[in-house]
Amino acid sequence: MTLYTCLFYVLAVAIVTTTGIAITQRNLVHAVIYLVFSFFGSALLFYLLGAPLLAALEVIVYAGAIMVLFLFIIMMVKMESIEERMPPLGQWLPAVLCGILYLALGAVVVYTAPGSEFPLQTAMATPVELGKYLFQRHWLSIEIVSLLLLVAIIGALHLGKRKETGGTEEP
Amino acid sequence: MLTWSLGFLILMVKLGAVLLFLLLAAAYLVWLERKFLARLQVRYGPNRAGKYGLLQPIADMIKMLTKEDTIPEGADRVIFLLAPAVVTVTALLMFAVIPFGGDLSFLGKRIPMVIADLNIGLLFVFALSSLGVYGIALGGWASNSKYSLLGGIRGAAQMISYELSLGLSLVPVVMLAGSFSLVDIVRAQEAYPFILVQPLAFVIFVISAMAESKRIPFDLPEAENELGAGYHTEYSGIRFGLFFLGEYVNMQVLGALVAVLFLGGWSGPFLSGPAWFCIKILVVALVMIWIRGTLPRLRYDQLMALGWKVLIPLALVNIVVTGAVILI
Repeated sequence: MTLYTCLFYVLAVAIVTTTGIAITQRNLVHAVIYLVFSFFGSALLFYLLGAPLLAALEVIVYAGAIMVLFLFIIMMVKMESIEERMPPLGQWLPAVLCGILYLALGAVVVYTAPGSEFPLQTAMATPVELGKYLFQRHWLSIEIVSLLLLVAIIGALHLGKRKETGGTEEP
Repeated sequence: MLTWSLGFLILMVKLGAVLLFLLLAAAYLVWLERKFLARLQVRYGPNRAGKYGLLQPIADMIKMLTKEDTIPEGADRVIFLLAPAVVTVTALLMFAVIPFGGDLSFLGKRIPMVIADLNIGLLFVFALSSLGVYGIALGGWASNSKYSLLGGIRGAAQMISYELSLGLSLVPVVMLAGSFSLVDIVRAQEAYPFILVQPLAFVIFVISAMAESKRIPFDLPEAENELGAGYHTEYSGIRFGLFFLGEYVNMQVLGALVAVLFLGGWSGPFLSGPAWFCIKILVVALVMIWIRGTLPRLRYDQLMALGWKVLIPLALVNIVVTGAVILI
């Protein structure tokens, strides 16, 4: 086992453990911190695979921005301790179905194309090459995704906007 | 093996030198700020410990190290104890990618005057600065005090908002240099510094960077007259000292980034590279202290309006214009 393999397994175990704790943790702030560690681990994994750009983006976008927003919301909305109860059957059924579907798809993908013969060539490239690859070959999908995000932003703005009648001016 | 150990030794020497410089400079930056601020306010400033109060930083350090380290009742112990370290460590680590001089020749080997020249250097800085938010937000939350919590929430909101304009303001610089590496960005400015071609980006960057480092006029997270001391109200002794150190190291990182991105980094006539670099950092720091002595604190809605309605649109326009100019 090479040093890289050792590092990979250490990181993989760390990611899975922290994610598991994040899901089961009752204290929401602690859960967020564990999730940050998990994202940080994924970033290190990207770095290990030779994709420093993806590693940096993972930390900036997920660990740095999205999780801070989560933390912000949790701190703003002071939640009392959630009472222990099982979610209703209506919520369990779709979750279980999706889980089974995901597992099946994952198994099919792993068995048909383990992917070990393909190194992550685009990911290993320098930022310049990755950018050229993305914006020359996949510009249409990028535009579609950004349009989708724009729609989401406008939707959030519409939902968050206070009704004109009543209510004070200050948000 | 010999090359490897020599390289390791050089790396260690560089790390030690940078760390020592940063900590010493942070201590004397505090002295400089107190002295300069006092002059702006027609006072003397510290003048008891040593000549011109030059021993004041050492006295402060001894005081902080020997004070009792208190933990408030009901605090989240682990997070409370670790939060100050997050602030300091992220601030110190940012210096790893900042070049402070041209290449040096030693025993026939080329030694770059930067700890690590990553090809994602700028993104590394952003990643660390976005992680620094956790120190503030979690420190405020874990203190179990409403003032600290308010400070923490304000800090999180402010830093998230200004991170966007900070990042967007630097896109034109990266476009001009064609690289994320800070060494390459300095090299690209050999003919003229980027402040001449990107004055708008410079202004946006400096404003958002000041907001990121939570200094007056953007010190809402610690606003003394509303929140006690904001997120670090409950901290004492060296843990408060770590928050303080983080702030001043951040100030140096800021000066270094302004120097590297807009003022041509280490290049300049007559003096050596590191000397020019220090001078540029010092000038930026002095301007920041000057701004602190001049402007009052913004209101919260003004802060948010400035970030979201002025700086971000301006930065976006700047990107489009720069792109158009490069294409033509």
